[in-house]
Amino acid sequence: MSREAMPERPLLLRRVWTISVLLFLLLLAVAFLGISVGSTGSGIRETVDSLFGGPEIDAVRHAIVWKVRFPRVLLAILVGAALSLGGLVFQALLRNPLAEPYILGISSGSGIGAIVGILAGFSRFPGVCATAFAGSMGTLLLLFVMSSGQTMLRKDTLLLSGVMVNAFCAALIMFLMSITQDSRLHNILFWLMGDLSAADLPQVGILAAGLIPSFALLICLSKALNLLLMGRELAQTMGLNIKAATVTLLAATSFMVSLTVSFCGPVGFVGLVIPHVLRLAFGQDHRLLAPACILGGGGYMVLCDLLARILPDQGEMPAGVITAMIGVPLFIILLKRSG
Amino acid sequence: MKKVIEARRLSYSYGDLHVLEDLSFSVFQGDFFVIIGPNGSGKTTLLKCICRILRPGAGRLDTLGRPLQHYSRRSLARSIALVPQTAPADFPFTVIEVVLMGRSPHLGLLGLEHKQDLDIARQAMEFTGVLSLARRRVNELSGGERQRVMIARAICQEPEIILLDEPTASLDLAHQVRIMDLMEQLRDERQVTIVMVSHDINLAALYGSRLMLLKEGRILSLGSPSEVLTFQTLEAAYGCPLLVDKSPLGDFQRVTLVPRKFIDPRNQK
Repeated sequence: MSREAMPERPLLLRRVWTISVLLFLLLLAVAFLGISVGSTGSGIRETVDSLFGGPEIDAVRHAIVWKVRFPRVLLAILVGAALSLGGLVFQALLRNPLAEPYILGISSGSGIGAIVGILAGFSRFPGVCATAFAGSMGTLLLLFVMSSGQTMLRKDTLLLSGVMVNAFCAALIMFLMSITQDSRLHNILFWLMGDLSAADLPQVGILAAGLIPSFALLICLSKALNLLLMGRELAQTMGLNIKAATVTLLAATSFMVSLTVSFCGPVGFVGLVIPHVLRLAFGQDHRLLAPACILGGGGYMVLCDLLARILPDQGEMPAGVITAMIGVPLFIILLKRSG
Repeated sequence: MKKVIEARRLSYSYGDLHVLEDLSFSVFQGDFFVIIGPNGSGKTTLLKCICRILRPGAGRLDTLGRPLQHYSRRSLARSIALVPQTAPADFPFTVIEVVLMGRSPHLGLLGLEHKQDLDIARQAMEFTGVLSLARRRVNELSGGERQRVMIARAICQEPEIILLDEPTASLDLAHQVRIMDLMEQLRDERQVTIVMVSHDINLAALYGSRLMLLKEGRILSLGSPSEVLTFQTLEAAYGCPLLVDKSPLGDFQRVTLVPRKFIDPRNQK
């Protein structure tokens, strides 16, 4: 009787594999689509030829696929993965389902850093990336100081801190922009809307070198996230070293998110949408959600970037526009539901 | 008899406030040890010291013959499990997920369960009668069901000692008896030592093998229920009139509250 009452639950490892393989295939499909589709419009056939070496390779097309679209899709995957995983970890760590890098104000801080870099005349890489990274780490520190201790766990305190940080940064950004007149203004504007178009392969490589170890570390710590959600005291009695786990999680996630934002600008709400969709689909087990967020977030970002490229008749719009248009309504629904 | 917990001159204070002062006591294997006392007497603080959520300011606390601070968190979690007063339900884990978390101190780096962990979880759930709820979300359960889930989770840690912080405080009568029976059965069948903080003196009298009465962070009385639950000690601890007699069930103390209308001479006929 008992066996019927509790159907044989597949071992976690098998579930993780099944879901990961499924999401990975989805990611591959979306990535392929992202590489195939674009303003110069190359078909699937030509893309396959360019990627794997076919009979008739057009040199220009080959260059577009390899030099423009391929790095861009890779960047989108990395950005989406890091932001989703970042959202997942922040939500568990702060026990606040609305926590998300952009909402917490990290992206704005990074924006200030980036603008300072652009105004100082640094090149996009590594100069602007470095100042943006400094900006977002600075904001995170400020946020933790502002809402340290127990209040950090409360929804409203954290959201309000984020709103305040955002407001302050927005004012500062406006100020910086108002004293800028030349062509750098366009650079700033585009950066501020979350832009993936400026990627080249070496830069993507550097980002990957920073992100992939963070992914691995956070996957190893995903069990700790489950325990933390049971409350700090109970987590300790189940064998978790709270201090070490919290510090490692915060440091790894802050580093990961700051690095990402310094490359892509403020792409918002990815870290809200993906973890929530995946929770609805697969439940609360973070050992499963962490890899799923990496793969699912990557695919989602490629898709958003693709929409941003093909929706406008002329030129393209920043991917951050799409993610915000999808994410904000969801945020409002969640806020209303969590009351 | 084997000592599983030994406290010597244990003290704890929050700032200037001395919550626990100079406690010395032992808990033996197979005890059903109930800590009672008025609000603010330091019961919960003591429980938190025993599972090292709080670090005592002074004194010595040994578990299974080793000083508490010599344990790693993981190894301590394999010896001592805690059942809190209320189960957290912010994030809607399923019952099986919560119960399996009890296996954490036994799992490897990635925290993946094996077949044997599932078997242990199934047995624990069968034991506390929550097997049929396995797929439900914890936040949809009643208080009593949730408490039985938390106990199954504690059993999964395979501890030698289970600590309970007022596990029956918000439960109806049927669930109170059920939870207490479960703990007694656990003690009898698996030789798990039970240490419980309780406000309910009558439950303590019915189930406890040894009782410790605290007042203002000190031990007022320690011993068998009939030694501790006397009129004099209870009045000294709680400062209100109480009636102590025997339960109709047998040789158990029974404590009855005495409302003022039974004392006030104007109401006496």
